[in-house]
This record gives sequence, structure tokens and C-alpha cells, in this order.
Amino acid sequence: MQLFLQNLINALQWGSFYALIALGYSMVYGILMLFNFAHGDIFMVGAYIGFGVATGLTALAAMGTLALPNWVILVLTILISMFLTSFVGMLVERIGYRPLREAPRASAAITGLMIGIILETGNLAILGAERIRFPSLIKSTTYDLGGVFVTNKKIMIVVVSLVLMLALNEFIRRTRWGMAMRAMAFDYVVIPLMGVPLNTIASLTFALGSGLAAAAGIMFAIAYPVLDPYIGIIYGWKAFVAAILGGRGSVKGACLAGFLLGFIEIFVGAYMPSSVRDLIAYSIILLILVFRPHGFFGEPHSAKLRL
Amino acid sequence: MRKGFLALVAVLVLGLALAPCGLAAQKTIKIGINAPITGDIPKVGEGSKYAAEMWLEDIKAAGGLDVGGVKYDVEVIIEDNESKPESAAKAATKLITEDEVLAIVGPQSSAQAIPAGEMANNFGTPMISPWSTNPDTTKDRPFVFRGCFLDPFQGPVVANFIKEEFGFTKAAVLYDVASDYPKGLAEVFKEAWEKNNGPGSVVAFESFTTKDADFSSQLTNIINSGAEVLFTPQYYNEVALIVQQAHELGWKNPIVGSDSWGSAETVKLCGEECYGLFFTTHYAAAGATGATKAFIDRYNQKYGYVPDDVGALTWDSLRIVQAAIQGTGGLSGDLKKDREAVKDAMANIKEFDGITGKMTFTPDGDPIKCAVIVRISDKGEFEFYKSVCP
Repeated sequence: MQLFLQNLINALQWGSFYALIALGYSMVYGILMLFNFAHGDIFMVGAYIGFGVATGLTALAAMGTLALPNWVILVLTILISMFLTSFVGMLVERIGYRPLREAPRASAAITGLMIGIILETGNLAILGAERIRFPSLIKSTTYDLGGVFVTNKKIMIVVVSLVLMLALNEFIRRTRWGMAMRAMAFDYVVIPLMGVPLNTIASLTFALGSGLAAAAGIMFAIAYPVLDPYIGIIYGWKAFVAAILGGRGSVKGACLAGFLLGFIEIFVGAYMPSSVRDLIAYSIILLILVFRPHGFFGEPHSAKLRL
Repeated sequence: MRKGFLALVAVLVLGLALAPCGLAAQKTIKIGINAPITGDIPKVGEGSKYAAEMWLEDIKAAGGLDVGGVKYDVEVIIEDNESKPESAAKAATKLITEDEVLAIVGPQSSAQAIPAGEMANNFGTPMISPWSTNPDTTKDRPFVFRGCFLDPFQGPVVANFIKEEFGFTKAAVLYDVASDYPKGLAEVFKEAWEKNNGPGSVVAFESFTTKDADFSSQLTNIINSGAEVLFTPQYYNEVALIVQQAHELGWKNPIVGSDSWGSAETVKLCGEECYGLFFTTHYAAAGATGATKAFIDRYNQKYGYVPDDVGALTWDSLRIVQAAIQGTGGLSGDLKKDREAVKDAMANIKEFDGITGKMTFTPDGDPIKCAVIVRISDKGEFEFYKSVCP
């Protein structure tokens, strides 16, 4: 039982990252029918921007210019990095995807891969291959709950992720911008004719997705504080799986699938050797997709329209 | 005028070409250094070069090398292998055939030491690699030696150290199943531990694959297995993640590592989480005593930084060469015979007292020597804790 609860908590943290990254994929895919393969690398860029912001703020605090307690630095780091990274996302859309909007979808997908490589190697060129350590903004405290160990970091990561997911859900459900996004996901040929600006909505989608990826990146860096320019690739792929599994454009689906992915990986890892972990985990997902080809909450008819 | 000039040049060239040969046959011993002065790891080459300079200083101060009652001048020839296997083989060939050295020290990395060792063995010239830990470097090569222990040796060392130091009987291992060095070492450790503590005493043998960042499911298993100590022969970037996550999951027992931990990056990435942990390595700069401390201080004073393990191992290797030359009891002047004699003398060295430990060579040319256990101090320095012998 203890073992199970401990793994449950491990899986909640691990799933949070997948869920947050998957949201960005899912939104772009839902609205623009585009596989944004650079998204994993935007997650990486977010972590590095977070590193820069956190280091800068900590230095300012240490000099006494800004007497900030650590938790304020943490909140500021997340907010500022989300803001800055959303511009990176908008830039990627503007430069990489907008000129190719009428091009075949395969070209746009390849563009994503190339932008990803540019972000990775650009980072490598600027900062070098040396790994960096993310500053420890919150001192890790471990709580012993009857043999199950929880840290303040884990709680923070899961809570912040859930808050961000709920906020996104509310934004899409309740605001006019959200409504425009939903409408665009329904049909992006006709809706612009009704006066909804496609380019603005596309930018907004990328900004939101990238902001969430940045939050995921920073929390990832807090949990696993060793960063290198290639961390985004593998998590990008896996989150992409979660996005598809969740169903096109579905916020709820992406979150659920992200957590499910985390659970499968952790629990398979707990009872099987790691060399077969991904093999088993992704075979399970393949099986789910065989029976539910449109994912958990995907809508079959709209996907048929354009693919 | 023109003819006269040419004649002059010809005489000078002839003179230059003949002069050293004439002397060499009589009074000079040449030692070759095959090191990566340029290339990927120039710092390793620099350490080798500086150690050689210091060694030569000592010889010069003593007025030359005394072999069987005859004083010889010593010349050190440094050849750059650019940290490339093919250049290392070329450098070895040049040192042996053109420079006619008596023995070679280097190359340092296994990738270069293996091909260079083949050359040295074929040409019948003694070679000692200070830093190469791959078994193939010396295997079936009577002329090739090394100055450090082998990878498989560390497993038993760690197992014995933990038993003596803590008296634990249940251990866990966490290693990368997709990487040769950690995988090999994890298996050797398991074997050694179970030999000490009986079958099944490695209560958790958990693996991950390269690039993994989350070890929570493996560590949860390890903690639940009731293990008293965790051995993880990983590289510095993974060490930082493993140690932190283990602590966050409530692990309070010791975590022990191998010589792959021995990089300044370990402490930089891991921070305070790693303070107080132990790992095995070749030598420890902080807290060194005796001859080791004297070497470190002298090197630090001369070159402005604390030498790493390469510098210390190169120093020891040069002194092993020196001991072997002196152990021949006298040189005949016939290079082929003398090289053979130096090889035999080196193979017979017993209990050589080096700054990285006492060494005796096995028939394969690998030293039986003690490993150093390093404790990461509360200031993040690698501190000598004790040495463990096979």
C-alpha cells in the first residue's frame, strides 16, 4: 500500500509535466491542424529562460537591490518566464508556420522539426555543452506521511499545474478569445470569413501553449535541476503522444492523457526493469489508440474534414 | 660565394645530424611522452607535460640518472597525439624509431593508449599508460604497462569499503543499463557484494536508460527493499539527480559512487546534497599527506593550480620508468637489449611507493594498487578518506 501511494505521488508529479506540455500541442493541433514539433524545445527554452530570470533575480536579491523572499522570486520567475517564452512561441509561429499555412501539412511538420533543431543548437552555441544547475529557489522539505514521502516541491508542482490547467480551461470556456479559439478549431476556413482574425488567434494559441510549456520547464528544472539543451526532445515526443491520446484540441483530454502517461510510466517502471519500461508503456497506449483512434475526447467528424 | 655558402650549410646540417647520435650512444637516456597536447582534452596533455618537467628537474638536480654506477643525462621528448588514436600510434612509432627512446610514458586515454600500445609492443619498447583503465591496453602485451587500476577492480573495492566502514549487509544498485561503464561496474559490484554477504544480499538491482531524469519508481523500490546503502556508478550529471531524488523520497543512508564521480562538475551540479558522500578514485588532492602533498604543493606553486589525477599518475609512471631503468643494474648501449631489460625490470617491480599508492605489477602489466576513497567534504572538496587495497 505504501509502495502504491508513493508511486502514485511520483506519478502525479511526473504526469504534470506531460499534461502541461501536451496542452500546447493539443491547442495548436486543434486550432491550426498543425503538429508543432518545436514545442518540446520551447519547453527547453522556457526552462533556460527561467534559469536566466531566477539567476538574475537571486543576484539582485543577494545584492540587496530588491529584498525579495525566495517564494516571491519563484512566483516572479514563473510569471516572467511564461511571459517571455510566449513571445518565443509567437515568433516561431510568425517566422516558421505562418508563411507555410497554405503549404502541405507535412512541410509545416518538418518546419517544426527544423525550428526545434535550431533552438537546440542555438542554445548549444550560446551557452555551450556544459550542463547547468537550476538555482534551488525553494528549500526542499520532505514530509513523512506514514512511510510515504512528499516534498513541498512536489506539492507545489502538482498544485501549480492544476491551477494553470483550470485557468486555461476557464479562459477557453468563458472568454470571447476562448470562444474564438473554439470556433476556429471547429472550422478554420469559414470562421475567418465571419470576422475572426486568424493570425491573431494563431498567435494567441502559440503564446498560451508556450507559456504553459515555460511553466512546465521551470517546474521540471526545480524537480530535476540539471539542464542541457536536449532535454526537450524526449519529453516533447511523449507529450505529443499524450496530446493525441487526449483527443484533438481537448484541454481536458490532454490533461487526463498527460497524467495517464505519467502513471503508466511510473507504475511500469516500478514493477518492470527500466529497459522494457517504455516498450510496455507505449504498447499500452498503442492499444488504447487502436480502440479509440480519436483519443479520449476527440471529435471524429472535424478531423476528417482536413486530414 | 654561393658554393661556399652551400658547403657551409652542408657541414652544419651534417654536424647537427651526427652530434646528438654520437652523444646518445654514450651518455643520454631518452624518454618519450605521448600526450594530448592539443585536441579535445588539452588539460590532460598539460598535466602530463608539467609532471614530466618536474620529474626532469629532479633528475637534473641530481646531476643525471645513476644506472649501475654510471651517470646518464636524461632527455624527455614530448610528442603530441592530438587526442586521436591514429596520431597516438604515429607518435609512438616516431618516438621509437626516429627518436630512439628507451621507454614511453603515455598516451593517457584508452582510445589512444590501445593503438599506441600495439606499436610499442610490436617494436619491443616498454610503454606505460598512466591513466588508461581499459583492460585491452595491456592485455597480451608484455611491453605495455599502466599506472592506474582497472575498471573491474573498483567493484570489490567499494564492496569491501562499505562492509568495513559501515558493516552493512544489504545493498542497492542503481545504474544505467544502456552505458558500458556503469553497467560493467554495477555487475562487478554485485558479484563482489554477494561474495561478501551471501546470495541475495543485493536487495535491489535497479536500472534506467541514458537520458532519464526521473528515477522515482526505481528509488521507491530501492527504499522499500530495506537496503542500507546505495551504490550508483554514474556520471556527474546523473549523480546530481539521483542523490537529490533519493533524499526527497526519504533515503537517509549513504550513497557511494565510483571514479566517474571524480569531476569538479559533480559538486557544481549536485551542491550540498552530495556533501558527505563517498566514491572511489585514483587520488585525492585535499587532505593529502607525505609525498603526495609535497607533489601537489610543488605543482601548485609552479603552475598555479592543484594537479588532477592525470598529473599525479604521470608523475608516478615516470618514477616507475626511472625505477625500472635503475633496476636493470646497468645499460649495455644496445637499444634493443636495453629496452628488453627495462621491460623485465618493470615487470619485477614490487611495492613501488607512488604518490597514488603502492604498486606491484601483475603479469599483464596492470598494477595491484590501492584505490582511494574520497569523501565529499562539507565545503564540497574531494577529501582523502582512506585507501582500500585489493
